[in-house]
Amino acid sequence: MVERISPLGAAFRPGRHGNLTAGPGVQLAEVTPPAIVEAAAWPGQKEALARAVAGATGLALSALPNAGAVGEQATAFSIGPHRFLVTGGDDLTARLTEAVPLETGTLTDLSHGRIALRVAGPRAEWVLSKLFAIDFAAAAFPVAEGRATAHHDVLAQIQRTGPDRFDLFVFRSLARAFWESLCAASEEAGYEVVR
Amino acid sequence: MLIPCPHCGPRDVQEFSYQGDATRKRPDPASTDVHAWHAYVYDRPNPAGPHREYWQHIGGCRAHIVVERDTLSHEVLGAAFASDLSNQGGTRP
Repeated sequence: MVERISPLGAAFRPGRHGNLTAGPGVQLAEVTPPAIVEAAAWPGQKEALARAVAGATGLALSALPNAGAVGEQATAFSIGPHRFLVTGGDDLTARLTEAVPLETGTLTDLSHGRIALRVAGPRAEWVLSKLFAIDFAAAAFPVAEGRATAHHDVLAQIQRTGPDRFDLFVFRSLARAFWESLCAASEEAGYEVVR
Repeated sequence: MLIPCPHCGPRDVQEFSYQGDATRKRPDPASTDVHAWHAYVYDRPNPAGPHREYWQHIGGCRAHIVVERDTLSHEVLGAAFASDLSNQGGTRP
């Protein structure tokens, strides 16, 4: 398989930046997993698709809107009425292809089309609230749930993977511009770019 | 203006793309009634008050939805998946 190179390039500057008077408020990292797959169900098949994805990944995945699940080796979350974004190891696409019958839905391998950026730390909700018009408070956006939203025209599919940790999946071709916006938004809180 | 997406919940109108009047009825595709096609393509009542319209949640879940909106106040009176409505025999764009 063709080797993937980070699209962030010179914009990825490890170290501490911005206002560090109270220490870095967020850690930023690229956490692109080996495989990213969109699973889409035919009408009426979302529950069957959720079961199939759960079976292939070992996740406890529900078909409810915005639902998601976070595991050691895989994650999945709802990105639309009949769609999930699933991440995992190199064998994910093969596992899902085996688990999802044609009559249930379709799979699209997005491993080369998306990257994942992680925003973690005590000011993560604050920083993301500057970019997206959705509620990041824990009561409104619980751990493991997903949201599909956009920053200007850059679509972002966001999963809360921890109490103060969010993984953002963005288009690879727009990732560097988005990363620069994310760094600028983080300056006020102070940020540390980690590998 | 907030639109309550049936999948995502209330979202800012900037995430949505307007897709047109949802009250039109397309004539039978086999019809050659010029007046019916003219009315379908051009005639709009442009009401000052409640209106049904198609929107797409383009900056979110990308679902097509039908929104009931008051054109005077921008109050949103309801929203539902367009696919559910058309499967129940509702209008198609």
